Amino acid sequence: MSVVNPKKVAPYSVKRSLGKKIWNSKTLLLMCLPAIIYFIAFSYAPLPGIYVAFVDYNYRKGIFGSNFVGLKNFEFVANSGKLWMLTKNTILFNVAFILLDNLLAVVVAILLKEIQSKMFRKVSQTMMFLPYFISQVLVGLLVYSLLNSDTGLLNAVLKSLGQAPLKLYKTGDPWPLIIILVHLWQKTGYNSVVYFAAIMGIDSAVIEASMIDGANGWQKIRYIILPSLRPTIVILLLFALGGIVKGDFGLFWNLVGRNPILYQKVDIIEMFVYRATVSDFNFSTASAVGLYQSLIGFILVLTVNGIVKKIEPDYSLF
Amino acid sequence: MAKHPDDMMEGTSKIKLTTSDYVIRGIGYVFISLFAIASIFPFLVILGSSFETEDNIINYGVTLIPRQFTTAAYGLVLQNGTIWQSYGLTICLTLIGTLVGVFICSMTGYALQRRDFPFRNAISFFIYFTSLFQAGLAPYYLLMTQTYHLNNNYLAVLLPLMVSSWLIILMKNFAKSVPHEMTESGKIDGAGDFRIYWSLILPMLTPGLATIGLFLALGYWNEWYQSSLFLQNKDILPLQYRLYKIVNEASALKNSVASQYVDVSNLPSESLKMATAMMTTGPIIFLYPFVQRYFIGGITVGAVKG
Repeated sequence: MSVVNPKKVAPYSVKRSLGKKIWNSKTLLLMCLPAIIYFIAFSYAPLPGIYVAFVDYNYRKGIFGSNFVGLKNFEFVANSGKLWMLTKNTILFNVAFILLDNLLAVVVAILLKEIQSKMFRKVSQTMMFLPYFISQVLVGLLVYSLLNSDTGLLNAVLKSLGQAPLKLYKTGDPWPLIIILVHLWQKTGYNSVVYFAAIMGIDSAVIEASMIDGANGWQKIRYIILPSLRPTIVILLLFALGGIVKGDFGLFWNLVGRNPILYQKVDIIEMFVYRATVSDFNFSTASAVGLYQSLIGFILVLTVNGIVKKIEPDYSLF
Repeated sequence: MAKHPDDMMEGTSKIKLTTSDYVIRGIGYVFISLFAIASIFPFLVILGSSFETEDNIINYGVTLIPRQFTTAAYGLVLQNGTIWQSYGLTICLTLIGTLVGVFICSMTGYALQRRDFPFRNAISFFIYFTSLFQAGLAPYYLLMTQTYHLNNNYLAVLLPLMVSSWLIILMKNFAKSVPHEMTESGKIDGAGDFRIYWSLILPMLTPGLATIGLFLALGYWNEWYQSSLFLQNKDILPLQYRLYKIVNEASALKNSVASQYVDVSNLPSESLKMATAMMTTGPIIFLYPFVQRYFIGGITVGAVKG
C-alpha cells in the first residue's frame, strides 16, 4: 500500500487551477466527505485537548481555563519512577509477544502444511481461529475459570492429585507468563494465516526439485521454506516494532486490571492511563502519559517506515 | 497466483519421502491436534459448567461434563427479560454500525484509489495520519463527555467503531483489483462518479464488502471498551459489557436475575456467569466457521500488502 505515490499522479492535474480541480472532482470529494468529517470529529478534534497535559485540570474552568503548569505533570510521573516502570513493562511484554508470536506462527504454518488430510487441516485451522473471535471479556472469564483457587479447573486437578492449591489470583509473580501464554493462545491461529498463505505461495516445483535432489524434510524447511518466508517475517517484525509502546489493553485489563495485587507486577501504559482517566479523573496526568506514549510511537513508526522503505520499498506505508 | 494447496500435495506425494519427512509430518499432526484442542478447551469447560449445578461447581470446581445436568442457570438468565433487551441493543448497534461503516469505508476507499482523482494523496494522508498519532484517552474522553455530551448515550459506542483508517485502506486495496476500465466504461455511458461506484463497482466488490463488514460486525458484537467508558449508568447494556459487569461486579450479577425469584444470599453466581457467557457469545461460536474465510482474505490482503 502506498498513500503517496508521485509516479501515478495524472499528468494533466498539475496544469489546472485548484478551483477547476475541485469542481471537476466534486462528486469524488463529496464521496470522501463523510469519512473526512468522521476523522475530524473523532481523531482530529481531540488533538487540541492534549493541552490538558500541560495544565492543572479543573473541571469548572475547563481545559483551556485551567492553570498552565508547563511540564509539571510529566515531571510528576517521571520522578515517581512510574513512567519508566510502565514503559519498561510495555516494551518487554511487546518484545516477548512479537518474538514468540512470529516464532509460533511460523512453526504452526509449517506444520499445518505438513498435514496431508484436507479435512483435518480445515477443522484444526477453524479450531485454532476460534479464540480470535471472542471478546477479551470472555478471555478474562475463561482464564479465571481455569486458574482461580476456589472453583478453577487447575486446582481441581491439583486437588485430585493430592497437591496444595495454587492461589494464582493472590500473587503477581506468575502473571507475566500467564499473560504471554494467553496472548499466544488467542492470536496464533490468526497470526499463522499470513505465513501459511506465504508457504502455499511457494512454487511447488522448487520443493519437488529439492526432493529429487535428495533433500530431507528438515532441509526443505531450512533451505527453501524459511528463506522464502524471510521477507514476510522481516516486514511483520518491523511493523510490530513500530507499535512496541502500544499495549494490548483489553487483554491486560480483563486478566488482571481490577486486581491491584496482580497488576502492580504487569502494569502497562494503557492500564495506567485508563485508571487515571476513568477511576481517578486525573486527566492531566493521564494525558501527559498518553502524549509521551503517542510521541514515542509516532517517532518509532516513522523510523521503521524509513527502514522498510530502504529494504522493501513496495511495503512501505508512505 | 499460488497453486491450490491440494494440487501441490499431490505433486509432492509421488516422490519418495525421507525419514525426517515422516518425523516432521508426525510432529505436525501431534502438535496441530494439541494446539487445536487447547484452542477450544476453555470454551468446553464454560459450556459444561453452564449446565452444572452451583453446588457442584463450588464443591468440585468447573467441569467439562456436568455431574448433574441442569438448565437452572439458563433459566435464571432468561427469567430476567433484560438479556433480550441487551440482545436487541447489540443487534441494532451491530446492524446499523456495520451497514453505515461499510458504506462509508467502501465509498471512500473507491474514491481514493481513482487515478483521476487529484486529491487522493492528500486525503489518503489526512486519513492515514490518524493511525500514526493519536491524542490519547484523556483528551478523547473529555471531548466525548464534555464537548459532545455523549455520556450515557449509545452513540458513544456506535460512532467510534464505525470507520477506521485500516478498513478504508483495506477497501482501497480491494477496489484497486477492479479494473479501471470499469470506471472508464461507466464514464463513457455518461454515469456520474457516485453512480459508477453504486451500480458498477459495488457489485464487483462483494468479497471486500463482506470482509470489512464482518470485521465491523465482530467489533460491534464484542464491544465492551467504549461501553465501559461511556455507558456506566445505562440500564440496558451491550451484551459483552453486560457480561463484563456480571463477571466483575457482584451488584451487576444480582441485577441480572429477576430478584423476586431468588434469595440473594445464595445466588448461583458461578453457573450464572457461565450461562451468561454462553448466551452472549453463542451466536459468534455458531457463525464463525462459516465466515472465517472472509477474515483470512482480509488478513492476507491487509497484513502483507497493507
